[in-house]
Amino acid sequence: MSAQDIDHPSPEAIVLATKPAVMPAPPAADAMRSKADLIDLEGVEVTYGRGAKALKALDTTTLEVRQGEFVALVGPSGCGKSTILKLVSGLLEPSTGVVIVGGREVAAKAVQVGMAFQNPTMLPWLSVRDNVMLPLKIVVPYKHQFRAKRKTEYRDKVEALLEQVGLGGFGDKYPWQLSGGMLQRASLCRALIHEPQLLLLDEPFGALDQFTREELWATLQDLWQTRKPTVLLVTHDLREAVYLSTRIVVLSARPGRVIDDTEIDFPRPRTIEMTFDPAFVGITQRLRGLIFNMRSQIGKA
Amino acid sequence: MGGNGESWRQRFASTALIIGFFLLWEACCWLFHISDIVLPKPSQIFTTLYLRAPALWPHTVQTLYTTLFGFVLGVIVGVALGVLVGSSKTAYDTAYPLLVGFSSIPKVAVVPIFVLWFGAGTVPAVLTSLVISIFPVVVNVATGLATTEPELEDVLKALGAKKSEVLWNVGLPRAMPYFFASLKVAVTLSFVGTVLSETVASNRGIGNVMMVASSNFDVPLVFAGLIILAILGVLLYLLFAALEWRLCGWAMRKTDLAAMG
Ligand SMILES: Nc1ncnc2c1ncn2[C@@H]1O[C@H](COP(=O)(O)OP(=O)(O)O)[C@@H](O)[C@H]1O
Ligand SMILES: [Mg+2]
Repeated sequence: MSAQDIDHPSPEAIVLATKPAVMPAPPAADAMRSKADLIDLEGVEVTYGRGAKALKALDTTTLEVRQGEFVALVGPSGCGKSTILKLVSGLLEPSTGVVIVGGREVAAKAVQVGMAFQNPTMLPWLSVRDNVMLPLKIVVPYKHQFRAKRKTEYRDKVEALLEQVGLGGFGDKYPWQLSGGMLQRASLCRALIHEPQLLLLDEPFGALDQFTREELWATLQDLWQTRKPTVLLVTHDLREAVYLSTRIVVLSARPGRVIDDTEIDFPRPRTIEMTFDPAFVGITQRLRGLIFNMRSQIGKA
Repeated sequence: MGGNGESWRQRFASTALIIGFFLLWEACCWLFHISDIVLPKPSQIFTTLYLRAPALWPHTVQTLYTTLFGFVLGVIVGVALGVLVGSSKTAYDTAYPLLVGFSSIPKVAVVPIFVLWFGAGTVPAVLTSLVISIFPVVVNVATGLATTEPELEDVLKALGAKKSEVLWNVGLPRAMPYFFASLKVAVTLSFVGTVLSETVASNRGIGNVMMVASSNFDVPLVFAGLIILAILGVLLYLLFAALEWRLCGWAMRKTDLAAMG
């Protein structure tokens, strides 16, 4: 796969382009952006620390993600996947290069972001409902009416979303009363409640058992299909990557660099049965080979 | 509330222990013929407490008022400083040695200085209480803030939250259990400070009463003063413990909390 492939619009991109109503209203004179990239990493490098302790986490990386895509980032651990998410969410500035999100530098916050992490990071002093509601307290325009609507409209909104992920009636519980899988469901709700255009998921299912994980794939696919955010998912589970995404990007070992970029076009909704299909298995095997080769090279070095 | 029977048994045991302690004390005094000048019997102390209550009351109020006044000021200053120190890693690492240095000075050593500056009376007592309560609060609030998991903050930062919003929604609630732990320590220390200052340089307050009583060899009155201090200390401790339960029960992970809603 070469970088050129990215420039051919995928079927999804065309559908989106012909249905501008799906798009969150972009600023005027940005109509041509609709087909363009939502995320653009241009020659980005990240080095943590200085001097003798300096650690290059991300080598010159160029990555484009179009509106509406579901991109999985895979690669050996420590290769800079989380670093990429931090760049895109504006939590971290690149050492060199630029990060463009929604057509502007990431610091401008042109695009609303939702984020979920491997640890559920629910605030232990808030009920599940208040945790999920948190973004509505912080994000414009919701925050302006937070006081007025927290007990009515926002509450219903949270309740509906919890219902959709199978957590109906759990709003009053506290995080420690929920299982790991339930916490991750709640965590997804919190990432989506403010209807972000961009969803960043950092190994959200990494700590769960296989069955729970597979259930949550279906939940996430459902959420993605109903809300159509652009998703950047970091995972080390290749089946998960192929099941969920429209495109898989493979990073090399540290310092990370994009070494492979594959479109995944199985029909949706995808099912667990499909993950045993030879074509599906073929893709996971090829990716596994790529990552395995990298690891053995590190071993020799 | 499944733990109700359990907590009643606990309370019963605590009360029994306290009563048992006084009974044992009384018994020892009788058995070993201990002189009143050395160690008065509890019965004698409580009688003194009862008979002298009208005279002791204004002093009790004075001590309580002085302590709380200094304590409240100390907590306000302590929280402000704690937020300042704890809100950045650099500030925390820089200020921590100084803070530890300050908190290991026995604060009672400053009483003579305050007396020198402000003369005898209520002012040095309030100031002593204030100075004593500042440090545990600063150290704990700063530690609570500085040890906040970066991931929790990232949740808000990724949403574009302002620094103040992160502090208000994550940092401060996260530091609450630390804060309350420090309040419980600070309020008892604060009493020590006030009483000491009253002993040295005041003509009012329980500290002064005890001072005068001991120079008159009125040992039961000295012990009555101690009992008053102990009761005040316990009451304030319970007050903060109750507040703590209400405001940061989440940190105690009790299933009871859900029922309290
Ligand atoms: N804040 C940090 N300071 C120093 N080094 C870091 C920091 N965050 C990550 N690293 C290092 O950078 C490399 C990439 O980290 P990360 O992006 O978290 O990798 P992963 O692909 O496993 O998510 C790792 O070697 C990690 O140890
Ligand atoms: Mg990671």
